[in-house]
Amino acid sequence: METIVNSRIKQVLKGDQNAYGEIVELYKDKIFQLCYRMLGNRHEAEDVAQEAFIRAYINIQSFKQGKKFSSWIYRIATNLCIDRIRKKKPDYFLDAEVPGTEGLTMYSQIASDSVMPEDKLVRLELQETVQKEISKLPEKYRAVIVLKYMEELSLNEISEILDIPLGTVKTRIHRGRETLRQQLRNL
Amino acid sequence: MSCPEKYTAYMHDYLDEDISEQRALELSEHIQSCGTCEEHFKELKRTIALVQGTAHIKAPEGFTEDIMAKLPKEKRKVELNRWFKNHPFLSAASLFFLLMAGSLFSNWNQEEQFSYSKQPNILVENDTVIVPEGEVVKGDILVRNGKVQIEGEVQGDVTVINGEISGEKYLAAAGKVTGEISEVNEIFDWIWYHIKTTVKNTFNMNEDEERSLQ
Repeated sequence: METIVNSRIKQVLKGDQNAYGEIVELYKDKIFQLCYRMLGNRHEAEDVAQEAFIRAYINIQSFKQGKKFSSWIYRIATNLCIDRIRKKKPDYFLDAEVPGTEGLTMYSQIASDSVMPEDKLVRLELQETVQKEISKLPEKYRAVIVLKYMEELSLNEISEILDIPLGTVKTRIHRGRETLRQQLRNL
Repeated sequence: MSCPEKYTAYMHDYLDEDISEQRALELSEHIQSCGTCEEHFKELKRTIALVQGTAHIKAPEGFTEDIMAKLPKEKRKVELNRWFKNHPFLSAASLFFLLMAGSLFSNWNQEEQFSYSKQPNILVENDTVIVPEGEVVKGDILVRNGKVQIEGEVQGDVTVINGEISGEKYLAAAGKVTGEISEVNEIFDWIWYHIKTTVKNTFNMNEDEERSLQ
């Protein structure tokens, strides 16, 4: 996949905007998921994910060929999410619950037209709870947990994306897991 | 939680798949004998399962199209920038050309004084350079901001910048120019003239050098 991406990037550098569309197609779900899990809100996630792709496009010259594009775009997106979280911190706890819970339920219902079976509903509620607890994590723990368990990236990749030493990634993952464990133990 | 903290650390190392066999064995032995740690370990694994179990979500419809619509249009400036970055040599050349043109332009505007090439047998009246009848000028004549009147003979080129060759009408009668006659009145002529002379000089220099080498 990286070779396809690299050839598309070369086309983009030559001024072919459409080639960038193909790159967005390849990564949009991953980046959107990352933003959603970081921010806990679909609307904001879409906003930030789009901004990440636009920034990547504008700064495509500074992308070093031969490096992994996925790490680069993850990094841009993660940084944007963290910026967003820090900016909205003061009013965060006021509206955290409403968009988090409602958003998930609403969109999950749109996704499936059929009437929801009981066990599926329970499972969705569980997922909401998990997402809510993730959203409560301090952003530095949240980022590593999301990258590790939702994006399924290796610790080395995470260290590259966040530009922090491997040891720090591990420490943060350990702390994040412990915090989540305490919050989710009674489920 | 009276157990040594190292077991918690081992649990996390185990979950990161970054634990030595010996420590893994130590951990499993401890867990079998310690209910608190067993529970702790189970909870951790369950937490991971819960986090991983959250459904994978997809980007909304029209996500890519929205981005493509928001991308900055390929502005001429951006294109140029990109082009300059990709063609450093041509950029340098065009910059050089621009500066050259600039200096030529300022020269054109500044040099408003009357000047001419000093040749031994020419007359100057006000702003008119006269080649008198019967005289033969050996060499080129260059006049800036003035007129030239040729009644005699010039064995060379006559160039007038920002002026006129009023001798032309006499040429048929008495005046004679063996070289080229040119009037340079427009900026483009001026630039062209400069390029021509520069090229000529360069070649002459090369020839001179070659000569001196031989």
